[in-house]
Amino acid sequence: MPDAAQPDTVSTARSTPQTSQPYAELGMADDEYARVREILGRRPTSAELAIYSVMWSEHCSYKSSKVHLRQFGEKAPRSDALLVGMGENAGVVDVGEGYAVTFKIESHNSPSYVEPHQGAATGVGGIVRDILTMGARPVAVMDALRFGPVDAPDTHRVLPGVVSGISFYGNCLGLPNIGGELGFDPGYSGNPLVNALCVGVMRHEDIKLAQAPGPGNKVVLFGATTGPDGIGGASVLASATFDDESQAKRPSVQVGDPFMEKLLIECSLELFRRDLVVGVQDLGAAGVSCSTTELAAAGTGGMRIELDRVPLRDPRLTPEEVLMSESQERMMAIVEPGKLDEFMEICARWNILATVIGEVTDVTDEEADRGGRLVMTWHGQTIVDLPPRTAADEGPVYERPYVRPIEQDDLQADTPDRLDRPKTDADLREQVLRVLAAPGVCDPTWVTQQYDRYVLGNTVLAAPHDGGMIRVTDESDRGIALATDGNGRYTRLDPYAGTQAAYAEAYRNVAATGARPIAVTNCLNFGSPEDPGVMWQFAESTRGLADACAQLGTPVTGGNVSFYNQTGNTAINPTPVIGVLGVISDVHDRLTTAFTPDTDGAKIFLLGETADELGGSVWAGVVHDHLGGLPPRVDLDAEAALGAVLAEAAEYGVAAAAHDLSDGGLAVALAESAMRGGIGCSVRVDDPFVSLFSESTARAIVAVRPDAEAAFAELCTRHSVPLTEIGTVGGTALQVTHPGGGFAIELPELRDAYESTLPAAFAEG
Amino acid sequence: MTARVGVITFPGSLDDRDAMRAVRIAGAEPVPLWHDDADLKGVDAVVLPGGFSYGDYLRCGAIAQFAPVMTELVPAAASGRLPVLGICNGFQILCESHLLPGALTRNRSLHFINRDQALRIEAVDTAWTNRYTTGQEAVLVLKSGEGNYVADTETLDELERTGRVVARYVGTAPNGSQRDIAGITNAHGNVVGLMPHPEHAVAELTGPSVDGLGFFTSILAHLTEGSPVRAASTG
Repeated sequence: MPDAAQPDTVSTARSTPQTSQPYAELGMADDEYARVREILGRRPTSAELAIYSVMWSEHCSYKSSKVHLRQFGEKAPRSDALLVGMGENAGVVDVGEGYAVTFKIESHNSPSYVEPHQGAATGVGGIVRDILTMGARPVAVMDALRFGPVDAPDTHRVLPGVVSGISFYGNCLGLPNIGGELGFDPGYSGNPLVNALCVGVMRHEDIKLAQAPGPGNKVVLFGATTGPDGIGGASVLASATFDDESQAKRPSVQVGDPFMEKLLIECSLELFRRDLVVGVQDLGAAGVSCSTTELAAAGTGGMRIELDRVPLRDPRLTPEEVLMSESQERMMAIVEPGKLDEFMEICARWNILATVIGEVTDVTDEEADRGGRLVMTWHGQTIVDLPPRTAADEGPVYERPYVRPIEQDDLQADTPDRLDRPKTDADLREQVLRVLAAPGVCDPTWVTQQYDRYVLGNTVLAAPHDGGMIRVTDESDRGIALATDGNGRYTRLDPYAGTQAAYAEAYRNVAATGARPIAVTNCLNFGSPEDPGVMWQFAESTRGLADACAQLGTPVTGGNVSFYNQTGNTAINPTPVIGVLGVISDVHDRLTTAFTPDTDGAKIFLLGETADELGGSVWAGVVHDHLGGLPPRVDLDAEAALGAVLAEAAEYGVAAAAHDLSDGGLAVALAESAMRGGIGCSVRVDDPFVSLFSESTARAIVAVRPDAEAAFAELCTRHSVPLTEIGTVGGTALQVTHPGGGFAIELPELRDAYESTLPAAFAEG
Repeated sequence: MTARVGVITFPGSLDDRDAMRAVRIAGAEPVPLWHDDADLKGVDAVVLPGGFSYGDYLRCGAIAQFAPVMTELVPAAASGRLPVLGICNGFQILCESHLLPGALTRNRSLHFINRDQALRIEAVDTAWTNRYTTGQEAVLVLKSGEGNYVADTETLDELERTGRVVARYVGTAPNGSQRDIAGITNAHGNVVGLMPHPEHAVAELTGPSVDGLGFFTSILAHLTEGSPVRAASTG
């Protein structure tokens, strides 16, 4: 690219149409480049090429996914709760009493593989700024993580780095980490998933939008200076498959400064409170390119930027690099001229650098059809002159071919029926312990104890409970619950049903806290969209989620797609991570998973129906290293009924403890409830193997004290939820009896199996 | 009259709102103080809250000691007049300001640790612990990356001999602190530094216990009822 002193100007571009440009190296296809030339009526300048290449990258434009994501809008259920839908930085939902909540989950997979600590840290930073940009105070984070096997050498580089990055950044921001997920599978070796979720709270009237209205209004860049980090991150890193050269991409990963972000949060909230901004956008992927084109596109359409005014960390940066830099902790605001002084005063109070870099311009009649122009100068020379909507909104849209892979039939035909099942009580007992010790099932404390869960003082539930719950503010008893789930094994077997199962599990996890699910976010992690088999998985997955959300009345409020999670031709198991948000009117009613000592003697009821469903189960994976057959059948109406029972049981105080059944089935749920409360339980079942390990959906266990049994049974009858009394809380062991015998495992032995895995694998000693 | 307890917000303070909430729950009046104002607003006592003041750059707490708000605080605290509680990062600031001896270093595991932690309260003759009984156990929230208390043997012996170890971890210190020390006081008993967070253990709903409330009811009792505090001469 040309050096800073001699920028490639618009007039140069007009006079040198034949100049060869490195669009392919920037990840742009031939026809995309041709379209840019057509839009501009000339070759783009190198600065314009930088803008189009990042804005039209898969990461920013959703060009391969858009046609499928439209279903989330088209099939969206009517919901009075939805205040701001998809398309903004994050969706906003009404949670009552005048409070609104915004939440979103986003991937930072590739950077976290290249540089785990900074990759994961800046993933947290980015999603927090998305939430802040909506006008909300960020109040909690969660993360969904997937890694290669615990005994793989690279997992020992990636996992501790990712966890320390999330810990470093989230703790330093003062945001409680209230839960998430941790999973392991060979497919994630080389393709770890780091999906970060943030949730924020505001009053309805405080919602902010990313737009630049009002000609004459100032464009202010505030926060950190701009450096050479993350250049090309969006187009090169997020949209390419890893190969042997990935080590060379290290400089593309951004470096985070959570202290700066903490100041930026407090400063921005004060600016919002004083009504000093008319539009605001954070700088994430594609940096200044993205924020200017998106703000302009959503405003008058016109904007003039003096790019050389951007404060630099390194004065040698070229204009193209300034446009593409993904330096963290930066925001852009649109400010009325009369409020500029006060805006600058607030920034100074927080030691935040703020610089006017341009202004919103009017749109002439002849420009109106293309929606105005974004003009950028560099030391007085015009280097960008383009219609911003063509970069921000009118990127390429691909109808990628998709086809169900032939091997899908073989995979589904290979059912777990052929697997040896435990024949003796000793086998059953041993397999319960192996399942409990499995890396994706076992105690995640080694990870979660590195996160602050208490800061802000509103955390009501956090890991390891089924979902996280926070009180919306000190002044209210109202709360929100959140859970994320995604089961790559299920989704591999049947992308449609597997995605619905992930949604159903997150829905159930939220319900098991006593909250009522109202809205959904998603992070769709897949392989290459250029592989028709992967694209089929994606099409099926999005169709499954859209249908499920329509059926249960929970709109998708936003989300993120991460493609190219593959090494060579081998893609990860498709892993849609679904986040469900629920509301509870009084957080004191919340349910916990623990059989606490005061539940001694309570009866344990199993809600829902158990079938012989072991396809994709933890048991099949852990005991037989098997993945085949079909995932458990999803019955969304049954999930809704179960959710209604749990919410009412919480409200009426008739449940002493509740735990959803998912990975590992009843065996894991009982053991976890017993260990968490420090008291045992005994259950009687007919078919011990199926009862303990089946992963049939729409099920939960509930402990009910004797005086509440009648009311609880009536509740289940009213919602037509099947109810089976399976045992009682008490004793010092997990005790299982069945017509052929039985076995018991004392709590210390359960704990030893459950708690040893991660420390043994990752503790340095 | 109720007691007015100031809570300082430094850039990067995180548990300042939580400390103010705890002060309020205990029945005292919380007063927000700003790092850049050399003005304690006439408060009766001060809490230095947890967090990462100034990003913990250089060393935890190292920059905060130079904040304008500290110019009035340090001499008043050193003379025994002003009660000060430093929690977590606040404890680090007290050590960096030389109001308390020793230092807090990286946890032995090298990882941040957040857990519900049992402590044994050993010194109850301070402005901040007079509502506890000697040997009482309290479950508070430990959440820190640099909570490993170190001092030279002479200092440790002196702290022990003069009864200035305020609290110890029950069992082995999870962060490697010498002699399992979780909190100490100065010779006057008005300045207390504590690594675990009492302000996160003041309500059943959001904390592991309500055992931390005693720190805030103690200061209220000290200020309004004149609960006795150790004589400076013991130091």
